[in-house]
Amino acid sequence: MPAISMTVNGQAVCGDVEGRTLLVEFIREKLGLTGTHVGCDTSQCGACVVLVNGKAVKSCTALAIAHDGAAVTTVEGLAQDGKMHPMQEAFRDNHGLQCGFCTPGMVIASIDMVNRLGKNLSEDTIRHELEGNICRCTGYHNIVAAVKAGAANM
Amino acid sequence: MDNFNYHRPASVDDAVKAAKAKPEAKYMSGGMTLIPAMKQGLASPSDIIDLGALKNSGISAGATLVIKAGTTHAEVANSADVRKAIPALAALAGGIGDPHVRHKGTIGGSVANNDPAADYPSACLGLGATIHTNARTIKAADFFTGMFSTALQDGEVITAIEFPIPKKAGYAKFPNPASRYAMVGVFAADTADGPRVAVTGAGAGVFRASTLETALGKGFASASLAGASVPAKDLNSDLHASSEYRAHLITVMAKRAVDAAK
Amino acid sequence: MDNGTGIGARVKRKEDHRFLTGKGNYTDDINLPKQTYAYFVRSPHAHATINKIDTSAAKKMPGVVGVFTGEDVAATKLGGLICGWMIHSKDGSPMKAGPHPILALGKVRYVGDHVAVVIAETRDQAKAAAAAVDVDYGVLPHVVDVAEAMGHKAQIHDVAPDNRVFNWSIGDEAATDAAFKRAAHVTKVDLVNNRLIPNAMEPRAAIGYYDTGADHYTLYTTSQNPHVARLVISAFHGLAPEHKLRVIAPDVGGGFGSKIFIYAEEVVCVWASKFVGGRPVKWTGERSESFLADAHGRDHVTHAELATDAGGKIIGFKVHTKAAMGAYLSTFASCVPTYLYATLLSGQYNIPAIYAEVDAIYTNTAPVDAYRGAGRPEATYVVERIVETAARELKMDPAEFRRKNFVSSFPHQTPVIMCYDAGDYAAALDKALEIADVKGFASRKAASAAKGNFRGLGYSAYIEACGIAPSAAIGSLGAGVGLWESAEVRVNPVGTVEILTGSHSHGQGHETTFAQLVSDRLGVDINNVAIVHGDTDKVQFGMGTYGSRSGAVGMTAISKALDKVEAKAKRIAAAVMESSVDDIEFKNGTFTVKGTDKKMAFGEVALSAYVAHKFNSAEIEPGLKESAFHDPSNFVFPAGVHIAEVEIDGDTGVTSVVNYTAVDDFGNVINPMIVEGQVHGGITQGIGQALAEGCVYDKESGQLLTGSYMDYQMPRASDVPSYKLGFTCTPCPSNPLGMKGCGEAGAIASPAAVMNAVTDALGVVDVPMPATPHVVWQQLQHLKKAAE
Repeated sequence: MPAISMTVNGQAVCGDVEGRTLLVEFIREKLGLTGTHVGCDTSQCGACVVLVNGKAVKSCTALAIAHDGAAVTTVEGLAQDGKMHPMQEAFRDNHGLQCGFCTPGMVIASIDMVNRLGKNLSEDTIRHELEGNICRCTGYHNIVAAVKAGAANM
Repeated sequence: MDNFNYHRPASVDDAVKAAKAKPEAKYMSGGMTLIPAMKQGLASPSDIIDLGALKNSGISAGATLVIKAGTTHAEVANSADVRKAIPALAALAGGIGDPHVRHKGTIGGSVANNDPAADYPSACLGLGATIHTNARTIKAADFFTGMFSTALQDGEVITAIEFPIPKKAGYAKFPNPASRYAMVGVFAADTADGPRVAVTGAGAGVFRASTLETALGKGFASASLAGASVPAKDLNSDLHASSEYRAHLITVMAKRAVDAAK
Repeated sequence: MDNGTGIGARVKRKEDHRFLTGKGNYTDDINLPKQTYAYFVRSPHAHATINKIDTSAAKKMPGVVGVFTGEDVAATKLGGLICGWMIHSKDGSPMKAGPHPILALGKVRYVGDHVAVVIAETRDQAKAAAAAVDVDYGVLPHVVDVAEAMGHKAQIHDVAPDNRVFNWSIGDEAATDAAFKRAAHVTKVDLVNNRLIPNAMEPRAAIGYYDTGADHYTLYTTSQNPHVARLVISAFHGLAPEHKLRVIAPDVGGGFGSKIFIYAEEVVCVWASKFVGGRPVKWTGERSESFLADAHGRDHVTHAELATDAGGKIIGFKVHTKAAMGAYLSTFASCVPTYLYATLLSGQYNIPAIYAEVDAIYTNTAPVDAYRGAGRPEATYVVERIVETAARELKMDPAEFRRKNFVSSFPHQTPVIMCYDAGDYAAALDKALEIADVKGFASRKAASAAKGNFRGLGYSAYIEACGIAPSAAIGSLGAGVGLWESAEVRVNPVGTVEILTGSHSHGQGHETTFAQLVSDRLGVDINNVAIVHGDTDKVQFGMGTYGSRSGAVGMTAISKALDKVEAKAKRIAAAVMESSVDDIEFKNGTFTVKGTDKKMAFGEVALSAYVAHKFNSAEIEPGLKESAFHDPSNFVFPAGVHIAEVEIDGDTGVTSVVNYTAVDDFGNVINPMIVEGQVHGGITQGIGQALAEGCVYDKESGQLLTGSYMDYQMPRASDVPSYKLGFTCTPCPSNPLGMKGCGEAGAIASPAAVMNAVTDALGVVDVPMPATPHVVWQQLQHLKKAAE
């Protein structure tokens, strides 16, 4: 099995993978970072979204081996010195999560959204940009509020 | 999914060599269609030849707009050159999939895959693009040969897509409510050779809507499309839309594309 | 307690930190040493005999440690899956429950039915070997449509030759017929309540582990009710007695009913561990398996008639429903289209005579069971669609027609069992009319029309019965279990508190709301309260979370246990402060002696309880730990008025919900922030049912056509608006907290509101759900043709 190395949440990691090992499998099973979730098998739900070299991607639709040398940020890597990222805080403050399963992908996607589009996001923009993330619990109402608030605080 | 051998060539020549050595090999660019297909067991290549190391991305604007095959949808959507030269193309790219897909998916991968519900083929056909490969150039009209099928030979790899710059163009998509792929997507362009209308999502593959093009001959305005339609009989009919509904949407989307044209 | 964390405070959730930092602990996050992986061979046919299963090739595949079929299961005498609610037909005969083997025996009955399991060292190996299991099927005729299934040539179970499970009725048929005879007007509707696939974002998963040393089983599973799972797996499957089976439901990523039930996969995992040398067996469902084999929801076909008198008063209501059960009776399937459905057919209205008949019918589809609302959305849909239709036929304002017929005095006994205890339906209507700006609707409609679009307004005045329910009452109706709830309050010597509850949180925020109750009652800092749930080894028996019962039933149990804690703490405080217990007052966490300046903090009393130096332990036992079981005396009856406003694109048929107002009466509310979140989520699932979600089986092949997110439209952020919420409050008289339930209300109310708006916009009697763009466009074409 080929060995790959990458930087995950600022730490150098390495491991053996098969060609078919998905990035999400590497993250969850080899690295034990189980905050990144798998919610579907057709690349739509977004529970698996992580940042790769600063950009949001679906780790269920990415080969681990193709990410040799990449810098990956998962939900576990967002808090700094025990303090949650402003987007994480905003999700808590606005009750933007219920069961928590879609939440890691939602938060990462939201951070990516702000990184791309800036802090001043309209409701329409937020809803449109969440196209790749499905939530079954919240009805999105409070997620939209959370993203808006989190963006302002980033 | 089934396992495979993974190759990551550093040059187009190496990629082609690797592909030719393995009859069951497949190229992978962004992987946004191939990986899901493999996960569902719909594709099971012996070898994956990852084009990611070719670093073949970039956009250059001149008399034509040339987009290298490895350019992601996000790069196309955000490119100042594309937005200036063919704003409809930037808008189209910005509406593919979702932000995460646009970070990985590439124009070359999309065009080579020729999914009947993909967006890019409509722009290629609607603008009369030229597909550049490692071996030759192919006119869009000759390139898309049917559902998931193209004029690419075994081992042939797209290197760039070259778009003529229209007077103006617009793209309007009616997404499948579930998958968000195009259920009907219409790319309408006012070009030096007259109006061109290409339709994706509605049939077995992308096609030009000659009746709508004729109608737009009266003037590149949505009013010209009043009463014009595409026959329903060759269009797709499925759970989400009958062929009649698709035919109806083609005209509606064509009007919206023309109205949006810049 | 006035520290901002008590009852009624918008406390931020305590559980959020772990979910937001990736430290949630869901079943698939758990990995045990020497774990193996299970993959299920599923039926590709809707209906077929199994002539032969050849597992020999699969057994030789790399990494395979075991392949098991239904015969292997049967050889160990493991019982089949059960339905825990007995329904009797009108003629007195018991429902016809066909066998539901854990792995198919002799026959498969739907696409996705469990045929065999392969267990291997890795998931990929198990999956690859599953493809090598050779099953020789004899394809049989099938039927997937409930409207056609009764008497169809496809006979799904021998015990029910006409595919009918039961023919059940409720109400007074003669009185209802009499009412119809004197009616001035009769309104008739035919309605389909579309089949839904629940789609909690966490797919089901299980890890079963047999400890060969201790002869003891452990099952980690995605369950809303781990104790019920243990009870069923012990008592009915006969795997092991309860003390030798531990069931743990850790963090669970949404349920919506679909994780109430006992499923084949989890039973197989815990059973099979013994036969692979006691190695843990893990199964994580793929989403496509969730589509195929999670219990689905709804799937009713209904004819209903409403009789009104000359003054516009409703005098009678008749309903006949065909309810799909799927291929087998799932755990609680039979109570959903009966006691959870027809008992709510009075809606918010004073209807003197109601008669309903329900045929429950097998189809060659995934089993159908409770899904958010379970029966009550179906009832609300029938009631609110026909009431709206009647108002239109009578040329009455739909709001005023409803108001005229509202129940206005309480308690109110309906003709269909329920006794509504409290409510103020007109108050909710008034508030909803105001928030929704119904007065301004006409001008908004005109503005839409000017753009070639259609705008409509739709009401849904829903009522539901939840907090299920008095055990004796449901027992008399056929339930196999009691539906009380349990709680234990453990006060630690330092005054911190652990609450052990039989309720289970899978998104509802119990760790916060339950702690708020404790904080309120004992004056303890909310951070000094821990909620323990989801583990049969830690928590006393409990019934779990579904039917919006955790507040009204679960928290009442906690409240009762807190009463006992307070009473004992008072006795200890009295002893320590050398006063009479009658003189002890407890407020804001402090015990005081009336008329003196003597006082003790709660924590001091807790310490005294455990140190036990200052009271006579012959009179007062040391320690401070109390438990309670609460069996409710009635259902609770949340109700409200929702108003949907939609705009339909005249060119494409796309329906957008442009305004959505929900005014709900949940009685007293513990945490408004969490309650609002429950309403938002429920509304969105209901909008999904109305406009997007429709499970479709192909009639010809019996295949599930909507088997992934590629074809089954889940509502996404851009499909729904932000919502406008309002609340009224009539405290529930049947529990001390005055609480009703809020988890299902949104999903119960919203489909009718949206579809009343869609039909209002188009000026038609009915549009089938889901009203997708294609469906609405077809309606537009009909209208166009009719106008020509």
